[in-house]
Amino acid sequence: MDKTEKLEKLKDIIRVYLPEDVSPEEITTESTFVGQLNINSAHMVDIVLDVEDAYDIVLENEDLENMRSVDDALRIIENKMGDKE
Amino acid sequence: MLLKYQNIIEKLPYSEPFLFVDQLNHLDENGAEGSYTFKEELDFYRGHFDGNPVTPGVILTECCAQIGLVCIGLYLFSESNILHSDFGLFSSEMEFYLPVYPGETVTVSSKKIYFRFHKLKCEVKMYNAQGKMVCKGTLSGMIKLNRNA
Repeated sequence: MDKTEKLEKLKDIIRVYLPEDVSPEEITTESTFVGQLNINSAHMVDIVLDVEDAYDIVLENEDLENMRSVDDALRIIENKMGDKE
Repeated sequence: MLLKYQNIIEKLPYSEPFLFVDQLNHLDENGAEGSYTFKEELDFYRGHFDGNPVTPGVILTECCAQIGLVCIGLYLFSESNILHSDFGLFSSEMEFYLPVYPGETVTVSSKKIYFRFHKLKCEVKMYNAQGKMVCKGTLSGMIKLNRNA
């Protein structure tokens, strides 16, 4: 899975949890989940759980805390996937 | 064991007229079972419905949430040194099959789907005294903890 594929997959996950006033086109690597995409803490948990399933990784509390932007999420996903190989 | 459950009921952050747990029959980290009797004098029966009192679905959902989410949440932290905890219902997806009339006793059983990152999600089922299913669904909530500094 290359970087673009990883990003598209992540966007598909995030899309489901966007509030009505944020459109999926607004998701970029720089977007912050809480500040810009307006995602609440309970939906952040949903995103983390979906990410675990989609990329077959396990995330910890500190991963959730460090996941402020889409870019952070991609970096964490890549690190975790790297750990497995 | 019964004493332990009583302790949990006393810790519930509700009181009359919004406490919908009388007794817990079972409670552990994976699930809960408890019961409640809807007293005939409960105020909402005066208006739901006019001249035909039936327990509102939102109240049945609340009863499921108090037994099936909050009691498990309290249990999960009963050993830790928690000053007090805040609960917030996050999602409810319920189906209702039978009416519950004033005076009826219901039993709620709840099974944890997951508890991760402070979010507790459970599958809940409510049965009437005849053992028939009243409602079932999925509830989730967030638990915020305020630890002793």
